[in-house]
Amino acid sequence: MPGEPLIYARGLTKTFGSLRAVDAVDFSVTRGEAFGFLGPNGAGKSSTMRMIAAVSPRSGGDLRVLGLDPDRDGPTIRGRLGVVPQEDNLDLELTVRENLYVYGRYFDIPRRELRARIERLLDFAQLSERADERVEPLSGGMKRRLTIARSLVNEPDLLLLDEPTTGLDPQARHALWDRLYRLKAEGVTLVLTTHYMDEAEQLCDRLVVMEGGRIAAEGSPRALIGRYCTREVVELRFGPGESERMAAKLTGLGGAGVSERIEVLPDRLLVYTDEGDAAVAAVEALRLEPVSVLVRRGTLEDVFLRLTGRHLVD
Amino acid sequence: MSSRALPVRVVPPGMFGLGRGRRLIERDLLVARRVWWVPLSGIAEPVFYLLSIGIGIGKLVGRIPGPHHTTIVYATYVAPALLAASAMNGAVYESTFNVYFKLKYAKIFDAVLSTPLEAVDVARGEIAYALLRGTFYAAIFVAMMAALGDLVSVWAVLALPAAMLISFAFSAVGMAATTYMRGWTDFDLVQLVLLPLFLFSTTFYPLSTYPRWLQLAVECTPLFHGVSLVRALTLGQVGPAAAGHAAYLVVMGVIGVVVASRRVRVLLLE
Amino acid sequence: MATPPMLRAVGYFAHAYRRTWRASIMTTFVNPVLYLAAMGVGLGSFINKGGHTAALGHLSYLQFVAPALAATTAAMTAASESMFPVMGAIKWTRTYFGMLATPLRVGDVLAGHLLWIATRVATAVSAYLIVMAAFGTTPSIETLAVLPAGVLVGMAFAAPLAAFAASQDNEQAFPVVFRLGVIPLFLFSGVFFPVSQLPLALRVIAYATPLWHGVDLCRELTLGRLTAAGAAVHVSYLLVLAALGLFLAKRTFQARLRT
Repeated sequence: MPGEPLIYARGLTKTFGSLRAVDAVDFSVTRGEAFGFLGPNGAGKSSTMRMIAAVSPRSGGDLRVLGLDPDRDGPTIRGRLGVVPQEDNLDLELTVRENLYVYGRYFDIPRRELRARIERLLDFAQLSERADERVEPLSGGMKRRLTIARSLVNEPDLLLLDEPTTGLDPQARHALWDRLYRLKAEGVTLVLTTHYMDEAEQLCDRLVVMEGGRIAAEGSPRALIGRYCTREVVELRFGPGESERMAAKLTGLGGAGVSERIEVLPDRLLVYTDEGDAAVAAVEALRLEPVSVLVRRGTLEDVFLRLTGRHLVD
Repeated sequence: MSSRALPVRVVPPGMFGLGRGRRLIERDLLVARRVWWVPLSGIAEPVFYLLSIGIGIGKLVGRIPGPHHTTIVYATYVAPALLAASAMNGAVYESTFNVYFKLKYAKIFDAVLSTPLEAVDVARGEIAYALLRGTFYAAIFVAMMAALGDLVSVWAVLALPAAMLISFAFSAVGMAATTYMRGWTDFDLVQLVLLPLFLFSTTFYPLSTYPRWLQLAVECTPLFHGVSLVRALTLGQVGPAAAGHAAYLVVMGVIGVVVASRRVRVLLLE
Repeated sequence: MATPPMLRAVGYFAHAYRRTWRASIMTTFVNPVLYLAAMGVGLGSFINKGGHTAALGHLSYLQFVAPALAATTAAMTAASESMFPVMGAIKWTRTYFGMLATPLRVGDVLAGHLLWIATRVATAVSAYLIVMAAFGTTPSIETLAVLPAGVLVGMAFAAPLAAFAASQDNEQAFPVVFRLGVIPLFLFSGVFFPVSQLPLALRVIAYATPLWHGVDLCRELTLGRLTAAGAAVHVSYLLVLAALGLFLAKRTFQARLRT
C-alpha cells in the first residue's frame, strides 16, 4: 500500500489529569521522510512520541502507526519501530555487545542472525573496538551512538528519536548527524523531536512547531522561514538601555519598504528584511552608529521564537 | 506491508506461561554471570545458620518431642523453618531491592517496553528470575540439611518444591509491593514486615508457646504457612493441613502476579 | 565562633535524615521489641524449661541475650550505614563532591560522615536500652555505659567498612560482606550461645573478632561484673580497630575523592 502514511494522527489528544499535554493535533508522516517535532519544553513533543511508540495510550482522537492501532496492536507496532529515548536507558551492567544482544532478543531475533546484525551495528556506530567493554564508563557520545545502534537492531521501518543530540559536544553531534543521514539515505523513515534549530534544518524534510500541546505551524524548514520570517535579519546592537529609543528612530524603515518588522530585545534590535544590505545602508543614512551590525539569513530559530515566544519555559 | 502488519502473536500467553518474559531472564542471567561470586557466596548462609543452631542454640535447648512419639534434636526442628525463611528472604530481596533499582534507576524496563514485550512479560520475567535464584539457594539448603541428617522422612523430597512455592508467593507479592514504593526509605517498611515474620512464624519454637490471640495472628501470616508446609514434609507429618498451607501460598502468588502486572503497566505506560 | 568543618559535614546528613526519620526511628524501636520478645522471651521460655541454663551462668536467656543484641545492633547499624551510603555519596548522589567544592577537606567529609554514623549507632543502642528496661533486663546502673561501649563497637565496624566501601567501584561486594562477614559474626560471637560451646578452632577465631569483644563488653557491663582487665582488653581492641579503620578510610577517601 504505497502512499498510505506511516503515521496518521487526527485530533490526537493526551491528558494527564486536567492537563492537556497534547491537544487535538493532526499530522501524518509518509514513508522515507524525516519529520520533526519542534517546540519548547512542555509543548507536548515527548508525549506525542510516546503515543506513537505505543507505550502510552492516547486519551482521545485517532492514531494509526504502520496502519495499526497502537492501543490494540502495541507489540506488533513496537516490533517494527526503533526508539531512541530522550535519556539513554542502556543496560549499564552489560557490555556494548551484550546490550545489543539482549535488546535484540527482546524482538525474538534468532541468535545466529542477531550476531551478524550486531557486527554490522557495531561498525555503524563506530564501537567495534569497545564492543566488549562495559557501558558505564563510555562517553556520552558513545552511549548515544550505542542507543541508536540498539534502536536499529530489529531493522525498523520507522525510527523515533527524542532529542537525539541533547547534551552532546559538537563533534559527537556531527558524528551522530552523519549516521542519521546515512539511515535517511537508506530509506528509513525518521521522526525526531529537537529544540536545536540547526538540527531541524539539517535533518528534517518537514516539521511541525508545537506550542502548549497544539501545532502552531507545519511545513518544510524553507517554507516555514518564508512564511514566518524574512530572507535576512539585521542585528543591531546599541549601548545598554538605548534599544527602545533607537527603535523609535527606525520606524521609518518599514514605511520605506526596507524592513517588514522590527523586534526590540533588551540587548539588540532585529530588523527583518529581504535585503540586508539595503537595511544597513538605511540605518547608516540615519547616522545611528550602532556598536555592532550583523547581517544574517533568516533561520528556523527566528520562526521558532516568533511562534513560541521569547519567554522562558521550564 | 500488509503481510508484515499481521499480529505476530495470535495466542495470548497463559497465566503461568512465561511468554516473552523468558528474554528478561536471559538478561538477568547475563548480568549474574559477571558477578557469579555473589550468588555463590549465598551458599555460605545455610552453612552458618545450620551450624550455629546445631552446635549453639541446639545445645541449650536439647532434644524435643518429634513425630510418632520420638524425640528429635532441636536443629532438625528449626532447619525446615530456616529453609522456608531463607526462601522468603531471597525472594523478597530480589523482587524488592533489585527490581526497584531496575525500575527507578537503571530504567531497564523502559527500554524493555519499547520492544514487543509488555508489562505482564516484565512482571512474569522478574518473578520467574527471583524464583530461579531462590530455587538455587533452596537446593543448596536442602542438600546441607540432608548432609546434617535433618531430613527424617521420605516426604522431604518435596521440600525443594515447597521452598520454590514459598519463593514464588513472596516474589510475586514483593514485586507487587515494589511498584508502590516511593523511595528507598519505604524499604525500611519491608524490613519491618520481614523481621516479625522471620521471628514469629514458629521458626524457633512451636505455636503453643504463644498466648491464644498471638497464635491466631500468626496463623494468618504467610511465612507461618511456608514453615508449616516445609516442616510437615521434612518431619513426615503430612496431612490435609499441608494442602491448606500450599493453597494459601498459591493464592498469594497468583494475587501478586495479577497486581504486579497491572501496576507495572500503570507505572511505565501511564 | 565558626562551626568546625566536621560538624558542617554532619549537618548535611542530619538534614537529609529529616526527610526519612519516621520509618527509620520506628524500625530502631520495633527491632529490639521483636528480637527480645521472640528470642529472649519466646525461645528463652523454651530454653529455661529445658534447664540448660548452667551454660549461661544461671542467667535467664533474656538476660543473657539482651545486652549482646544491643552490641550486635551497634555493629549492624554501623555496617549498613557505612557501605551503601558511602558508595552513594561518592557515586550516585555525589554528595561528597558537593562538600569538597566548599572549604571542607576530605578529612572533614570523612569525619563528618563517621560522626553521623556514630549518632545513628547511639540512637539504635539507646533504643535497645530503653526496650531492655521495659523488659526488666537492666539490672545495674553500669548498664548506661553500654551506650558509649556500643558507639565504640559501631566505630570499630564503620571506619574499616567505610574504608572498604570507598575502595570499591560498585556495590556488588556489599551483600557478600554481610553474608560472609557480618552474619557469621552475628551467629558465632556469643550472642545467642556462649562461645565456650564452640569447638576449639572456632572458639579461637571468635575471640579474635570485634563483635565478640563488643558482646562481652556490653554483657559484663550490664551484669555489673566487668573486670578492669576485661575492660582494658575489649576497649583497646576496639579502639585499635577503629583507629586502623580511620587511617585506611582517610587513604581510600583521598584516593577516591581527590581526582
